[in-house]
Amino acid sequence: MRHLLSIEQLSREEIEAILDRAESFAEVGRRDIKKVPTLRGRTVVSLFYEASTRTSSSFELAAKRLSADLVAVKATGSSVEKGESLKDTVATLSAYDPAAIVIRHPYAGAAQMVAGWTSAAVVNAGDGKHEHPSQALLDVYTLRRRLGTLEGKRIWIVGDVLHSRVARSNLIAFQRMGAEVTVCGPPTLIPRGIEELGCTVSHSLDGIEAAEVVYALRLQHERMAETFIPSLREYAATFQIDTRRLNPRQLLMHPGPVNRGVELSGAAIDSPQSLIAEQVAAGLVVRMAILYELLAGAERPAPTAGPSAGGDPSPTPIGQPA
Amino acid sequence: MSSELAALTDVLDVRPGENAHLVLQRATVLDPVAEVDGVHDVVVRDGRIAELAAPGAAETDGAEVIEAEGLHAFPAFFDPHVHLRTPGHEHKEDVETGTRSAAAGGYCGVLAMANTDPSVSTAADISALREQARAGASVPVGFLATVTKDMLGEELTEMVELRDAGALGFSDDGLPIRSARVMRRALQYQRLCGGNIALHEEDPELSGDGAMHEGTVSAALGLAGVPSVSESTMVARDAALAAYEEARIHVQHLSAKESVAIVRAAKAAGVQVSAEASPHHLCLTDEEVRSLDPHRFKMNPPLRHESDRQALIEGLRDGTVECIATDHAPHQAEEKDVPFEQAAMGVTGLETAFAALHTELVLPGVIDLGLLVERLAGGAAPFGIALPTLAPGAEANVALCDLGAEWTVGEDGYESRSQNSWCAGRTLTGRVLMTVAAGRVAFRLRAFSLGVAS
Repeated sequence: MRHLLSIEQLSREEIEAILDRAESFAEVGRRDIKKVPTLRGRTVVSLFYEASTRTSSSFELAAKRLSADLVAVKATGSSVEKGESLKDTVATLSAYDPAAIVIRHPYAGAAQMVAGWTSAAVVNAGDGKHEHPSQALLDVYTLRRRLGTLEGKRIWIVGDVLHSRVARSNLIAFQRMGAEVTVCGPPTLIPRGIEELGCTVSHSLDGIEAAEVVYALRLQHERMAETFIPSLREYAATFQIDTRRLNPRQLLMHPGPVNRGVELSGAAIDSPQSLIAEQVAAGLVVRMAILYELLAGAERPAPTAGPSAGGDPSPTPIGQPA
Repeated sequence: MSSELAALTDVLDVRPGENAHLVLQRATVLDPVAEVDGVHDVVVRDGRIAELAAPGAAETDGAEVIEAEGLHAFPAFFDPHVHLRTPGHEHKEDVETGTRSAAAGGYCGVLAMANTDPSVSTAADISALREQARAGASVPVGFLATVTKDMLGEELTEMVELRDAGALGFSDDGLPIRSARVMRRALQYQRLCGGNIALHEEDPELSGDGAMHEGTVSAALGLAGVPSVSESTMVARDAALAAYEEARIHVQHLSAKESVAIVRAAKAAGVQVSAEASPHHLCLTDEEVRSLDPHRFKMNPPLRHESDRQALIEGLRDGTVECIATDHAPHQAEEKDVPFEQAAMGVTGLETAFAALHTELVLPGVIDLGLLVERLAGGAAPFGIALPTLAPGAEANVALCDLGAEWTVGEDGYESRSQNSWCAGRTLTGRVLMTVAAGRVAFRLRAFSLGVAS
């Protein structure tokens, strides 16, 4: 794996390899010293053009736990505000010879373009409404820990599918792991033609009781320049997942941040069925695993030393404390 | 409206040049207008077609003799829809580079759109552009003026004065005319000023911030979609208005099957409507957008579904779509080197139209060569211009092509100032070797060596 640009690019085996790696990092996370020297001397750039709490903090902490040097750039407060193009910003940051660039951008395909402009490994941390592969991987990881396997499991993804990169990546990832996926939401928030991606489409919560997992999406008011739903009240009345609609053996997930009282009721969020906190914890180990697979994984060809580089240190097996 | 067609150079402007004196020996001549299909010596004397002689029989005295055995001579092509970007965006294209690009594609005439900066909205703008064309155009070029002042969609331009200054017609291309009331006024006023009105059909309310065709691929990519009905509802509106006002309209860059059906029905009902389709809509579908490559695959209207492409091809066959227009839309690299949704819309097409359509539609047997040649020139008639022909006595407008030549697009650069060709990197079969436009040699492929009569 050279870059992580989409879930679409990953086979089931590749997904499982990343999850297995994440399991070993979870074991490291239980030790007193949680840091490993794998990426010592190498640089990871995180380049965020959109607001983020979970994704940016967990990627940054993941890089630090792997002993990489981290350069974190946010669009606000950087030369992006002065009108520098993405291409020029990437060229500037590439001058530090980073091993990886983790990028979040408001437009689809940005990570893929960056991959064409730099020799660093590129990680897509969300590109527009297109994909959010690390989120899908951590969600699959969380479910695999709870359920053992996703094979044959029924998963409902409920809410604003139209504006959600999480929905797209998870739809692909869940199906690739053997699950049956239903997307559910008001017709104005379900993209035309999505059923051709292999999922079932429902415009009501009828039948959700058959699902093992309910994955609620954030209603993205900030991405809605126009009216897609008549009111939040009507939306909540029709599509909110609450403890009445959720049956006790179902698992509840949400990518965060949650609009309490809109897509989820407060009681549902705080119920024992909710995996939301586990998802956040999984984010760290899965993102460590992603960086590891890209920068130190077995399949990766030996990095070519630049003219002035003294050669990259060879990856150290994990498990050795720094 | 008069059905008299004007000669190309009576209404279009071109840089003066030396009249050609050529013999294309043993060329395979295919001329749908004169209904010629056979091997001839094509004799061009003093810029006109002097005769189509028996192979090897033509007098060659003083003429440049070109051994054209195995090569095809067609009436040169006419493109009613190009963007020459001047005034205002000369870093993308200008009259000189744009018409050089046209000449390299086998064209003997092009019509330039008016969505420049500032837009072409006054008689003085038209006069200035015609002056530029007389100074530097390799092939005859005509200019459209905007329908509404500054393309704001509110007030009509001074259409009579613009016509008197030489505007070949009117278009707000790049933008639709949102208001049905303004559209209707323009069609009423056409009775006074003449000139076809070319329409970019799109309902901005339905297009929203769409970046590609709405369908399975947009759902998979998470890109906002431009639904087919954004185009077809406006085509239906304007066909109805044209019928009511007995006016004449030309529908630009048709892309959706629904639109093809509406144009077909309007024609059958006697409405004066003509339509064009672009080479990229005839060759590509929205599947290409999976690459998220804005250089080659972002344009407006967007690449649509395979069923739309098939409907356009059927429209070419039955004449619903009477012409192919490239919508040649040059952009510089920095306007395309950005994520898909942010990238400028449009691709270049003049240099590759014939080769691409020959490769994608003629060679696989989808349409025949004669139909392609006819449709590549068909854009002249809707704007009152006579179709190019190789009939003796006609002004010489010839595209000499090698149908077997394989070439990789972009390998030798472009005549256009911009590189955003939708064919970039493709290997095409069929190449224009030489173009004669308005009686003058407008283009010779560098690699095509020519023998002069001894």
